[in-house]
Amino acid sequence: MSDDAPVADDRSDEPREGTAVPAIRRVAGTGVPIRGDDIDTDQILPARFLKAVTFDDMGEYAFYDQRRDDEGTLNDHPLNEFQGANVLAVNDNFGCGSSREHAPQGLMRWGVEAIVGESFAEIFQDNCKSLGIATLAVDHEDAVDLQDFIEATPDAGIEVDVREETVQYDGKTVEGEVPDAMREALLEGIWDTTAVMRTNLDRAKAVNDSLPYTDD
Amino acid sequence: MSEGTLYDKVWERHKVADLPNGQDQLFIGLHLVHEVTSPQAFGMLRERDMEVAFPDRTVATTDHIVPTTSEGRERPLADERAEEMLTHLERNTEDAGIRFFGLDDDRQGIAHVVGPELGFVQPGMTVVCGDSHTSTHGAFGAIGMGIGTSQIRDVFATGSISADKKAVRRVEITGELGDGVGAKDVILHVIRELGVDGGVGHVYEYGGEAIRSLDMEGRLAVCNMSIEGGARAGYINPDETTYEYLEGRGFAPEGEAFEERKEYWESIRSDEDAEYDDVVEVDADGLAPQVSWGTNPEQVVGVDEPVPEPAETRDPEAAETAQAHTEVTPGETMAEHEVDVAFLGTCTNGRVADFREAARVLAGRAVDDDVRALAVPGSGTVKRTLEAEGIHRVFKDAGFQWREAGCSMCLAMNDDALEGDEVCASSSNRNYVGRQGSTEGRTHLMSPAMVAAAAVEGAVTDVREFDTADEVGSGSGSPVADAEVDG
Repeated sequence: MSDDAPVADDRSDEPREGTAVPAIRRVAGTGVPIRGDDIDTDQILPARFLKAVTFDDMGEYAFYDQRRDDEGTLNDHPLNEFQGANVLAVNDNFGCGSSREHAPQGLMRWGVEAIVGESFAEIFQDNCKSLGIATLAVDHEDAVDLQDFIEATPDAGIEVDVREETVQYDGKTVEGEVPDAMREALLEGIWDTTAVMRTNLDRAKAVNDSLPYTDD
Repeated sequence: MSEGTLYDKVWERHKVADLPNGQDQLFIGLHLVHEVTSPQAFGMLRERDMEVAFPDRTVATTDHIVPTTSEGRERPLADERAEEMLTHLERNTEDAGIRFFGLDDDRQGIAHVVGPELGFVQPGMTVVCGDSHTSTHGAFGAIGMGIGTSQIRDVFATGSISADKKAVRRVEITGELGDGVGAKDVILHVIRELGVDGGVGHVYEYGGEAIRSLDMEGRLAVCNMSIEGGARAGYINPDETTYEYLEGRGFAPEGEAFEERKEYWESIRSDEDAEYDDVVEVDADGLAPQVSWGTNPEQVVGVDEPVPEPAETRDPEAAETAQAHTEVTPGETMAEHEVDVAFLGTCTNGRVADFREAARVLAGRAVDDDVRALAVPGSGTVKRTLEAEGIHRVFKDAGFQWREAGCSMCLAMNDDALEGDEVCASSSNRNYVGRQGSTEGRTHLMSPAMVAAAAVEGAVTDVREFDTADEVGSGSGSPVADAEVDG
């Protein structure tokens, strides 16, 4: 282990009152780099593994095809090489394509708690928000530097600070951007939106009644 | 910030509340449900002891996992996991009182085909589905958005999603489309121009001469692939083409109610002086049929243009990897690139007009001996309409397999898959590595007419070089004229 040993996660275990989920202020641990732009959710979680009525097994299927060689044995894919990491470092337009929540579910169940990258596809990012996975968008150079750093020092600590919208590693602090709604949701522990929207059910019914097409 | 666009107006009509996270709670007018992304959401509801709040605003069908051979559809399905998913959907929809078009209903089909053709989708609606191609429904002037499973739970429980309003980009498509060139070519060209991430953070409003001239099937194909361009939603302002399509569809209003509703539809059109966050112009004049050469949907060229050198592309490294995978040669055109499989169908191009277009190319011709050709109608309604017109005979006579409705080889969640390193001419929307069921398989995206031409020649071919039939079948069929609807 390097001197930059991972610090403990700052996930408070006690849910806030009226919510079912804990607040997430920081994610600390080690990194796993997956390089390349426009990595689609078919790569992250191949369609043939979507045939399940729960997400329970999805951790096994994250990047399933890319993690194996032609004979089906595990290769040197980062998810094989960086077991135990929780901060994923990616590039541009990560998670494009299919809306399948199976993709972030698979990454989360593999161990990912935060993703640092150049940009994220929208539905993927929404799904991360629903699951409490923090996404931090940084510049191209910073994303590549972080990936280089992780490859050079796999055991070194990395910390994503949701409140400050930064990632800290190698003695430096890099600024990035967590979408406002995701940031608020993570910090306040209200990233599960069902309960809060359910309190507005009467207003939703009123909107329903006001629309011209809802009495068909 | 945009102002006075259809997107602004529809958003405002559907806004329920400001949420503590800074987002809006947006009411959902139509929730389309299928078997792959919903069972987990129904499970979450049960855990919380909640019920579906607006079952009347919810419509379900089964499409992703269903076999497309008639024998294969006998229950229980041979694939136990597929059977389990279907059984869950049947039980969940029955318990919740949600209308369901299952395998025993001849209107079953792909959610994004069924919703529009039966009249569920109308202008000025908000439409969601646990499927990224929900952008399709923007063709009516609706806001259609793909969502994840946790958001499906939100919609079940509250009839709403928590969402940020996006920037609105007007995509003005100018010029006139020539013979043999259509909506699919237009949208592939747009994605090539604007990039697969060009639409992130944006909603696309498509307009201009080339869009106005498209029929509804063409507009559905354009909006369908907004997501391939990174835009979660894309829409076209409703006009007479939209209203004519809707009139007489079972779940659309009728008679006086239809005329009244039209006032709402007209009112939500973007104002003449609407303000956009961004306006881009894409020239489609004299556009050639488009074909994808790589492994993402911006890696596209005209069929008569050379495949670019990696260095000429936006992402040279990705282009090089893609070209190694597809075994295409920079400097050469895609024409004469051999194919093993021809696949017609999907939520992009699985509608009656798409099959008519392909049939005009196929009439009197035969599929190449070395090509495996599948025609998979997007819905039972599409299939029966084509059969009533006799168009299915063109496909069967040419050597296409004539299948039952489903997503099929677009993502190969059933038995319809590429094998080994097969090369597929496909009317689908994604050419990602492994998408069609084989990690070595190669997908080339193109229009239905181009797929038909490739099937005949055994290689990618410029369909403009084909003499096409003026009309095929009886030509009388309206997709819903024969469909029994009980709206």
